[in-house]
Amino acid sequence: MNIAVCIKRVPDSETRVKIGSDGKSLDEAGVKFVLNPYDEFAVEEALQRKEKAGSGEVAVFSVGPAAAQETIRTALAMGADRGVLLQSDKIPADGYITAQALAAELKAGNWDLILFGKMAIDDYNQQVGPMVAELLGLPCVTAATHLEIDGAKGVAEREIEGGIEVVEFPLPAVLTADKGLNEPRYPALKGIMAAKKKPLEVKPVQLGAGSIEIVALTPPPQRKDGKIVGEGAAAVPELVRLLREEAKVL
Amino acid sequence: MTSVLAVVEQRDGALRKISHEVVTAAHRLGGTVEALVCAAGPVKGADQLGKFGADTVVTLTNAAFAKYAPEGMAHAITERAKSGGYTAVVFAASATGKDLAPRVAAKLGVALAGDVTEVGVEGGAVVATRPVYAGKALLKVKVMGKPAMLSVRPNVFTPVERPKAGTAETIAANVPAGRVVVREIKAAEAGALDVAEAQVVISGGRGLKEPGNFKVLEELARAFGGQAAVGASRAVVDAGWRAHADQVGQTGKTVSPTLYIAVGISGAIQHLAGMRTSKVIVAINKDKDAPIFKVADYGVVGDLFEVVPKLTEEIKKLHG
Repeated sequence: MNIAVCIKRVPDSETRVKIGSDGKSLDEAGVKFVLNPYDEFAVEEALQRKEKAGSGEVAVFSVGPAAAQETIRTALAMGADRGVLLQSDKIPADGYITAQALAAELKAGNWDLILFGKMAIDDYNQQVGPMVAELLGLPCVTAATHLEIDGAKGVAEREIEGGIEVVEFPLPAVLTADKGLNEPRYPALKGIMAAKKKPLEVKPVQLGAGSIEIVALTPPPQRKDGKIVGEGAAAVPELVRLLREEAKVL
Repeated sequence: MTSVLAVVEQRDGALRKISHEVVTAAHRLGGTVEALVCAAGPVKGADQLGKFGADTVVTLTNAAFAKYAPEGMAHAITERAKSGGYTAVVFAASATGKDLAPRVAAKLGVALAGDVTEVGVEGGAVVATRPVYAGKALLKVKVMGKPAMLSVRPNVFTPVERPKAGTAETIAANVPAGRVVVREIKAAEAGALDVAEAQVVISGGRGLKEPGNFKVLEELARAFGGQAAVGASRAVVDAGWRAHADQVGQTGKTVSPTLYIAVGISGAIQHLAGMRTSKVIVAINKDKDAPIFKVADYGVVGDLFEVVPKLTEEIKKLHG
């Protein structure tokens, strides 16, 4: 089974966000970058599928700056076979541009599955996976929490409001992974050592700006200072009064 | 006169409430609003959309639209979007909208600003604001695609009534057979509200001590008379106490209810990412230094097993 996994280098969610001097971007000084957590589910799923099939390859693709090689190495340390970095200093805010770059790269491959995390935790775009599927003309299931594959047929589950959708689709297909799909492995020392020797191809790409223009990146409005109403059950009547009369939500 | 396409949703032939929010957001972009719904037949409640500012309600019908049909619906919506010269197409950032909007955007070859919390028009351009970096920053963007594609975060755009005559039209949609087919929907417990859609969300964390104790929160939720859902922190979902569908936070759902009550939740960044756009936040925690109190509008320091039952009693009085 040949599986492509598209991954992204993102700031760790614990990062303190400082706005850059241009007022439009993140100040990256001192920021720790990690493999996007949802992409870990995608990498893990690919590894398990390949192990089950007994043959094939897991290749990892990323659009990002030179430093994203490190992110690709993390996926290689988990067990992926090779990596490709489509190197671009800037990732456009327009996900369609990223999708076009990935689709152009993936088009030539003979993939049974193309996996993504359901979204990146930095820009929350949640769109590149299904856009790549459209560009390649492949069936697509997003935010899968469960996956079964039998030959060229797949069944996936996805969470919807108040229930679970059970979806059937043919392979090859594009899937985006949600939490619950599997338990991603931690790279073992052996894997980390092996990853250093695995092939990682760097291809510079020129990405257009697309049709999303950043106006400003700003801190969220401060919530007005809250108050401690009191201690224990005795504070509850006052809490309810405040919710009714001040906040007017009851 | 410009025109905006508001893609609304139905389930089992009934209009979903989030549709009112989509029409309300679409209306902010100016011009006329055409609400578009894909369904197998007439949609109950679609005639109400005029009340929220829809000038026209168009139902695209196809037998395959009885359930969510990602490929067929994307095809039908794309055809409609191409035909009308719309300045913008607005979706809900619901489970369906998040799946559907990128497909339509790619078919149209334009950008998508997803999960936005503010929309407007400035200097003739569609602008939108989206929370990024776990809600620690807001990104304001100009959406220059023609049409400008947006999806709006549930529970953020409070429906505004602005009655219009609202004409209705039904069109049979011819779509190719879908490869991706929804076989079945496993419904959650009857009557259970989804955390992403409830007006009141009561979430529990490790402070609940054991899974069985969530019944304390369920009783409080019931006291709100069918408007409340019970959510959970990542810690208790990872421990297997609650389903992932109930998780609020970065690796769970983003919620914006009118009232969010965090019970026994310390307030890690990853939890705050999922609930900081709630309108009013109440925290109940025995640790007065818990970070959750920094984002809460109202806090009660104390033993949740005493505070929550008392709160349930008081809420029952209001609703009884």
